Amino acid sequence: MNEVKNILLAGVGGQGILLASEVIAEVMLLAGLDVKKNEIHGMSQRGGSVVSHVRYGEKVYSSIIPEGEVDILFSFELLETCRYLPLLRKNGRVVVSNWQISPPAVARGAQIYPENLEEKICQQFPSSVVIDGLNLALTAGNAKTVNTVLLGALSNILPFGRELWMEALQKMIPARLLDVNLKAFELGCGEVSQ
Amino acid sequence: MKKVLLSGNEAIARGSYEAGALVACAYPGTPSTEILENITQYKEIDASWSPNEKVALEVGIGASFGGARVLVTMKHVGVNVAADPLFTLSYTGVRGGLVLVTADDPELHSSQNEQDNRNFAKFAKVPMMEPADSQEALDFTKLAFEISEQFDTPVFLRSTTRISHSKSTVFLGERVSDIPEPKLQRDPAKLVMLPGNARKRHLIVEERTLELEKWACQQSFNRVETGSEDIGVITSGVSYQYVKETFPDASVLKLGMVYPLPKQLIREFAAQYKTLYVIEELDPFIEEQVRAMGIEVIGKDKLSICGELTPGRIKQQLFDQPTPTEDTSAEIPQRPPSMCPGCPHRGVFAELKKAKAFVSGDIGCYTLGFMPPLSAMDTCICMGASVGIATGISKVLSEEEQRKVVAVIGDSTFLHTGINGLLDMVYNKSSSTLIILDNRITAMTGRQENPTSGYQLNEMEAPRVDMEQLCRAVGVKHVTILDPYDLEMTGKVIRAEMARPEVSVIITTRPCMLVPRDNQIPRPPLFVDHDKCVGCQACLQIGCPAIVWNREKKKAVVDKIICTGCKVCQQTCGFDAFQQYGDNHE
Repeated sequence: MNEVKNILLAGVGGQGILLASEVIAEVMLLAGLDVKKNEIHGMSQRGGSVVSHVRYGEKVYSSIIPEGEVDILFSFELLETCRYLPLLRKNGRVVVSNWQISPPAVARGAQIYPENLEEKICQQFPSSVVIDGLNLALTAGNAKTVNTVLLGALSNILPFGRELWMEALQKMIPARLLDVNLKAFELGCGEVSQ
Repeated sequence: MKKVLLSGNEAIARGSYEAGALVACAYPGTPSTEILENITQYKEIDASWSPNEKVALEVGIGASFGGARVLVTMKHVGVNVAADPLFTLSYTGVRGGLVLVTADDPELHSSQNEQDNRNFAKFAKVPMMEPADSQEALDFTKLAFEISEQFDTPVFLRSTTRISHSKSTVFLGERVSDIPEPKLQRDPAKLVMLPGNARKRHLIVEERTLELEKWACQQSFNRVETGSEDIGVITSGVSYQYVKETFPDASVLKLGMVYPLPKQLIREFAAQYKTLYVIEELDPFIEEQVRAMGIEVIGKDKLSICGELTPGRIKQQLFDQPTPTEDTSAEIPQRPPSMCPGCPHRGVFAELKKAKAFVSGDIGCYTLGFMPPLSAMDTCICMGASVGIATGISKVLSEEEQRKVVAVIGDSTFLHTGINGLLDMVYNKSSSTLIILDNRITAMTGRQENPTSGYQLNEMEAPRVDMEQLCRAVGVKHVTILDPYDLEMTGKVIRAEMARPEVSVIITTRPCMLVPRDNQIPRPPLFVDHDKCVGCQACLQIGCPAIVWNREKKKAVVDKIICTGCKVCQQTCGFDAFQQYGDNHE
């Protein structure tokens, strides 16, 4: 049977979501699978919500994940995670950085950033992994490697060899930033037991 | 053959390269922009941004008449601008193959309407290919060039956002080697569309469409995938992928060419199934033509004409199956796009709001001036419209109300079609005020060069249009050059020019913050001195993402990571609380 797996990436424009989805898709390609990925450019670049769909399997048709069939919600921000929780399968899993970025209405004091989002996520999806991505990225040596920290965590959840991730990272990340990103990736790996 | 992951846009660029295109031109527009950006990697192709889509198509027509294969790309509404040459190009036909990409935007992810440009194919009598993934985007681009030359016609390639911006696996080919040398060739009966010639060409166009329709019945891009004996589905483009998800067992007629339709093939297919669906996004374009053939189908009686399709929406609309959606409840605040920190447009809109201007807006980043808390835009229709609308609305108002009307337009949009409006404003003695937000780049689509940039698409230096002299040349007597980071001056100039009973133009001069070559001198970020901040929230009214309200302290805080040091916030503060790092105050 043609089983297709679905990863939904969510976060805020500027967090490196599109690069992360490029790396994941490249790993699937290297694994010899059919893969499609989809995201909306344009307005979302101005600090808006960003989502990217990655689907892989023997044969993938739609590049949009059918609603309610997300296997893994791979997210860079807590509020954005909660926005897309209804799209997960019942036994779905969340991999999320506990980063909080205020949307415009919260920043100007007109709305409140909801509380206890971590608890809400873990209650609904008990196998979820919450990571302090920003701290780990700073430990690695660059705040902008949060996406790579998260990729490290994801790599321990997905059934693909480490060498494929290394190959994809080397291909996608500029040489001068590779070392710090590999360190970030390792720290992320350490957050999830295989 | 090399297998890679390409977006639809990357694949169209690659297909043009493999087809031997020598020229590519476009005006940027989401979701089409990346096609030309990607084509620059193929040095054999002369690629350029035109000031608007009409010029892009005209340059393309010239290249085709010279004998070269040429790709012209634009977003759906761009075809409206290019429609004038398009409809007559359909009559002349081509010499070198001409492929016109229309990138439609169902769901209006980044557009002002969701028009279905398949209608243009029928209206202009131009064949249209519609790929369903990146491999087809590449293959159909190459095919479109061949069809263009074989049938002596421009050919549309229609993409949609989900094709243009989706990546899927593609096998790359080689560039054709036998590219004919372009040269002049006179053929006035074909290329000079005076009535006597055009009448004859119209007959040829009608014959061409009939030939194409018959030919298309035999081509593999229109294919039947045999499945269930009960259910047949006719579909094309991205909808095909959703059909395969939702009707895995159905028989499918997948159309690669959506105009003209292969009528005989459709008849044969339809005759085999008790239940026949037409599943297409937006208008009932295929459906109406199939119904006109006397064939009953299920289509837009169930499926919505508005918005894009998804697998879930098809199930919901056809079979009433509940579909989960993202959480839109009030507890999850929305995260709309906003102007960047340091955006030079911010101060202008803050002052327009203060001056209670009626803002005739336009298409670009500055359309975000509509969003709260700035909320300073009152109309927005299409590229360049701000100027004409300001003129028109002023015609019907009292003198006092006229003074409230201000047109606001970006540099790229002004040169696109705003300049024509300014000619009218001066010629017909309007008293309106026009603000040109000149940030030297086409920013909203991702920072593409234009004649104000001083650079071309390939980053080669280019002459830079002198906006002030341009406005003076068309007869504007009052042109003010303004630094939009100076709030007091911005407010003063705006109020003075609004009051002036003649046409006046204000040109702002700060570049887009996101263009490194224009922002080489770093400015230190600011911080809020909490001993001075009284929590009045005046600074929050300019909507800068770098300023965040701290609920516990009841004070404003600057995010120094994203602050660009433009100091606009500092000027909104009545308590001198904003300090710049590195100042003596520190």
